[in-house]
Amino acid sequence: MTAASREAPPVAVFAGLSALALIAFALSLAIGPSGFGWPHAGEAGRLIFWEIRLPRAVLGALVGASLGVAGAALQGYLRNPLAEPTLLGVSGGAALGAVLAIHLGLTQTLSLALPIGGLLGAAAALLAVAALAGLRGGPLTLILAGLAVSATATALISLALNLSRNPFASIEMVFWMMGSLSDRSLIQVWLGAPLMLAGMAVLLLVGRALDALTLGEDAALSLGIDAHRTRRNIIVGVALSVGAATAITGVIGFVGLLVPHALRPAIGHRPGLLLPASLVGGAALVLLADIALRLLEPWADVRIGVLTALFGAPFFFWLVLKTRSELAP
Amino acid sequence: MKLEASKLRVELQRRDVLKGVELSAEPGEVTAVLGANGAGKTTLLRALAGLIAATAGEVRLDGRALGAWSRAHLARNLAYLPQERTVHWALTARNVVALGRLPHQTMGQRETATDRAAIERAIAAMDIAPLAGRPVLAMSGGEQARVLLARALAQEPRVLIADEPAAGLDPAHQLALFHHLAAFAASGRTVLVALHDLSLAARFCHKIVLLIAGRVLAAGPPAAVLTPAHLASAYSIRAEYRTIDGIPAVLALDVLP
Repeated sequence: MTAASREAPPVAVFAGLSALALIAFALSLAIGPSGFGWPHAGEAGRLIFWEIRLPRAVLGALVGASLGVAGAALQGYLRNPLAEPTLLGVSGGAALGAVLAIHLGLTQTLSLALPIGGLLGAAAALLAVAALAGLRGGPLTLILAGLAVSATATALISLALNLSRNPFASIEMVFWMMGSLSDRSLIQVWLGAPLMLAGMAVLLLVGRALDALTLGEDAALSLGIDAHRTRRNIIVGVALSVGAATAITGVIGFVGLLVPHALRPAIGHRPGLLLPASLVGGAALVLLADIALRLLEPWADVRIGVLTALFGAPFFFWLVLKTRSELAP
Repeated sequence: MKLEASKLRVELQRRDVLKGVELSAEPGEVTAVLGANGAGKTTLLRALAGLIAATAGEVRLDGRALGAWSRAHLARNLAYLPQERTVHWALTARNVVALGRLPHQTMGQRETATDRAAIERAIAAMDIAPLAGRPVLAMSGGEQARVLLARALAQEPRVLIADEPAAGLDPAHQLALFHHLAAFAASGRTVLVALHDLSLAARFCHKIVLLIAGRVLAAGPPAAVLTPAHLASAYSIRAEYRTIDGIPAVLALDVLP
């Protein structure tokens, strides 16, 4: 075998993605209604930088990275390119927790009621999924348990909206669920960041197992992979990273589906390498989407979850056309 | 390394699949497990590879119970090639073969020179160098079979267990594959295969274990096991063991009523 037929290590892909994410992060710090550039003049400038732009940029990077790596991990584990982080039911649980916090009026007395409600909801969903699916067993039980928990959360969210007597609370719930990075304080970042970072670290550990699972479960076992540990790491990692991300920012869809999909060919379809690539790519995508929203803001106040859905949906059209052309005789 | 099973019983979904199997596969030899569909070949191979637990009895590798081996240690010594040719993502052949090196690498470790040498030897052995840069999903069944066997060879195991490795290969590649398995065994490795091709078994295997409904009907050298009477019991066929130009072959002539 010649050196030419061997793939170059995907250093270029990682360098490009990292550069993109860094540029997006810097732009995110520089763009806002108070003008372009890093505000530093005076007390107001300092406040804008530390209290508004920095939390927003850090949160965008962390949430995007969480969604990207969690999507790549679930797609690799389930060996299904259509898997996405919401599949585990944890984001549904987080949304339910936050909606309940609004419904019960806790947001008016406690400033951190929303993220804390979200985290408790995510934790409850994790426990429910783990109890239902068990820490042993195959991917199918995990999907079913996630669906069951998601469906329950959706039903209860609808019930809360249905029973809400206060139209302002209903609007708050609906808007919260559309996802947003704005108006998050550094305290909220401190609340979510350790959980998201821990979740991502756990997910990065499963790369070898995901590579081995490419050959099916028997072959993966015979390559020395611990199936139970892999499953546990996937469940816990996704729950921590996506649960915390959703609790702080609301539901931001499609990132966890799109990013691994788009990057897969670039790293030679290797599920282990796709984890770090999607982590960086997810951060870049959410930061860029958030920058686009800020540029749009003078004309329309669009939520980030709405924007990702608007751009994510056509992806399915593209996928249908691609699959059709591949299946065509 | 010697691989042995004694009084091996395996129950799957409340059905007794293996009902007390005795088997020993020696280093330096190719051992074949034969039997009709449903006789328990795949279950036996999976139990011998440590993928399913024995309900009773024991599997020993190198004199030690399989349960006493850690997964990681076992994976550096024993490779298992499943019957299904599963590759889930559009990996190139080279990257699939490289997966065989996973047991020898620690987390996050890049390929070492040793890894690369093992990968290239496996690729050369299976004659797939021209395919190395192509995605496995786009290959023919026979090409996939060779790539996946190369993956198991790249693992550089002391024991190779392969379930139907020759299925779907054309005659030339079947012969080449078995010549290679024979050479691999001759270098002191233990090779255990499940097979349906009686002539390949007669020609290349040192020992044959013939299963019938989860039990061993006969075990021993091909000429002693592949007798018309045994083949009639195991497969309900009328068959003959012949030698053509000094090469043994088994002809299946008829299905018995």
